Amino acid sequence: MQLSKQLNLNKRQSTLLACIVLSIIVCAVVLTGFLYDEDRIASNLEVRNAAPSFDHFFGTDWLGRDMFSRTIMGLSLSIGVGLVGAIGSASISIILGVIAATMGKVADSIVTWLIDLFLSVPHLVSLILIAFAFGGGFKGIVFGIALTHWPSLARVIRSEVMQVRSLDFVQVSRKMGKSRWWIAKEHIMPHIVPQIIVGILLLFPHAILHEAAVTFLGLGLSPHEPAIGIILSESMRYLSVGMWWLAFFPGICLLIIVRMFDKIGDNLRMLIDPHHAHR
Amino acid sequence: MSILEVDNLSVSFKQYTSGLRQHTQEVISNLSMELVSGEILAVVGASGSGKSLLAHAILGILPSNAQTSGKIRFDGEVLTTKLQEQLRGKEIALVPQSVSFLDPLMRVGAQVRTSVRKGKAKEAQKKVFERYHLKEEVENMYPFQLSGGMARRILVSTAMVSGARVIIADEPTPGLDSVVIKEALTNFREFADQGCAVMLISHDIESALQVADKVAVFYGGTVLEIAPAENFEGNGDRLQHHYSKALWRALPQNDFTCEFKN
Amino acid sequence: MLLEANHVSFRYGTEPWLFRHVDFKIKTGEIVGLVGPSGSGKTTFGRLLAGYETPHEGSITLDGSPVPSNRYHPIQLVFQHPEKAVNPRWKMRKIVNEGWEPDEALLEKLGIMQEWLERWPNELSGGELQRFCVARALGTNTRFLIADEMTTMLDAITQAQIWHAVLEIAEKRNMGVLVISHDHHLIHRLCTRIIEFKDLV
Repeated sequence: MQLSKQLNLNKRQSTLLACIVLSIIVCAVVLTGFLYDEDRIASNLEVRNAAPSFDHFFGTDWLGRDMFSRTIMGLSLSIGVGLVGAIGSASISIILGVIAATMGKVADSIVTWLIDLFLSVPHLVSLILIAFAFGGGFKGIVFGIALTHWPSLARVIRSEVMQVRSLDFVQVSRKMGKSRWWIAKEHIMPHIVPQIIVGILLLFPHAILHEAAVTFLGLGLSPHEPAIGIILSESMRYLSVGMWWLAFFPGICLLIIVRMFDKIGDNLRMLIDPHHAHR
Repeated sequence: MSILEVDNLSVSFKQYTSGLRQHTQEVISNLSMELVSGEILAVVGASGSGKSLLAHAILGILPSNAQTSGKIRFDGEVLTTKLQEQLRGKEIALVPQSVSFLDPLMRVGAQVRTSVRKGKAKEAQKKVFERYHLKEEVENMYPFQLSGGMARRILVSTAMVSGARVIIADEPTPGLDSVVIKEALTNFREFADQGCAVMLISHDIESALQVADKVAVFYGGTVLEIAPAENFEGNGDRLQHHYSKALWRALPQNDFTCEFKN
Repeated sequence: MLLEANHVSFRYGTEPWLFRHVDFKIKTGEIVGLVGPSGSGKTTFGRLLAGYETPHEGSITLDGSPVPSNRYHPIQLVFQHPEKAVNPRWKMRKIVNEGWEPDEALLEKLGIMQEWLERWPNELSGGELQRFCVARALGTNTRFLIADEMTTMLDAITQAQIWHAVLEIAEKRNMGVLVISHDHHLIHRLCTRIIEFKDLV
């Protein structure tokens, strides 16, 4: 956060700044990804294997396709997958977390058991299995991500709801004659909504990375889709002949986006945590 | 002989006011006082007026958004963060305000034993438990199993066995019944009589006066006056400051009045 | 009105009984002090009376019938630690108006400044917060107030101010007050009747 020191920003301001910058980048990437037509990445054998230049910022590949355009389209697809996956995952966590915390002991033990079950299997393994079960491709990977990434957030929400429910002021509220529904809306929701937002932000980079990893292994999106994972796995073959730009730029872009989400999620988490809130 | 000297101490916090702006709020300003060996200094005043922060400043456990200025000296040596870390729990011990200072995953007997620095830990712990009417089975309990009063007695015992030269007690008595209060205070007295300095932070003047030698009246982030304990008598006419008098008169056994409005 | 505990017993889970077969009566207009050593179950007894816990045996009745639980509770409890009894994400105005809307006169009597209403709980001291908790609990439908170490954490001036206000309102509305405290001086100052908890058990 060198920049924020120079500008003399506090944590809230720098987080806000990072949020704005990131959303601009993400919107731009997603939009251009959608607006690009296939011509941009049509093969042009005259400029095969070109190193980065002003014509082709990220160079071209062995078919003469512009790597910059491919990267943008890949990122756009990855972000889409990540976003849908993360939101799906978060929805599952919210539903299960709230059920566990409010619907009695049986529901709680079932949900807890499910959480433990999913956490005991490595993400990638269950992700691959689920993606296969849904027939692979875009649908498979989105379902795979949504169904594998919920347990940790569900656990946070469950314990958060339970903790808030037992606090004195919630009990006082009952004695003030307030209904359960009113208490859920006015007391409990405001406490867990920030947790959920942070949860989604922190889920997102995981989702993207896992999507890229599965696709890289050839088990995710199909090869004709311009996903980052596919670009990376294809470029592996050309690294040994010195075409570093094929993997370098797409990789770096992916890394930057993932890191920024991670950073913002972390900052937000600190800001909503009362112990750190005023730093 | 003064062991601990606080010289012109100010503590301020950075806080978010509304939205994005941060501002600095001073909670302790230009505070000076000293702890003398063999004496109990009671620090009394409204709750939330920053008394606990004074203790935290001396121990070097302020939250990271706090800024301090001024000097604190221990044995004539200026306390640095590093020195504070070395002395904490050894030369300077805290009897904290809340149970959350105990390790929730450690049996309380073991926690008390870790603070013993001289002699046999087990024996010292048993002795101090006996002294505070803690039954033997309490040793094997975890903090969450303790009642409020028991937890407080554990906290007092922890400091008592450490053999520190300065004891800072932060509200050590509320939630205790008068018998136990008296015991705890007597122990602080004995402690002072052994040549240590005790700082007793409390809003409960009455119990503080039972043992204190001097009383520092804390208001609005600083010490208004440091009066000998015997000046708190009658109508409080021997007290200098208006607030000190009001505080004294507001006690239920005195006039129970609230003439002083903030 | 008469608030009664009839043969009440309580324990947490399967732990030993905290107390058994306790009988207790308090009438509106009475200020009763309840004293006893720490850990004897006074706090839990107060929570039972105010409906925060259900007795395992026996019953709590108001004029002979059970206390209604799904509307404003006629027996209100004020806790020892106000910090935990207010929602940190609410402004003070919303907190104090949760159950009823206290008028300005009452707020002033309790020493609540108008500008505090726009603040967040973490910007006020314990003494200031406790005034709000008291105001919140003094709804017009409150028949009994249980003050569990209500002013133990506060300085003497704040304590005196809060109690003067509570006593005045209690008298005007013919409310009953149960004062649970270790402070004998305070209890003697306030109460018309003093009970040792161990005599009840």
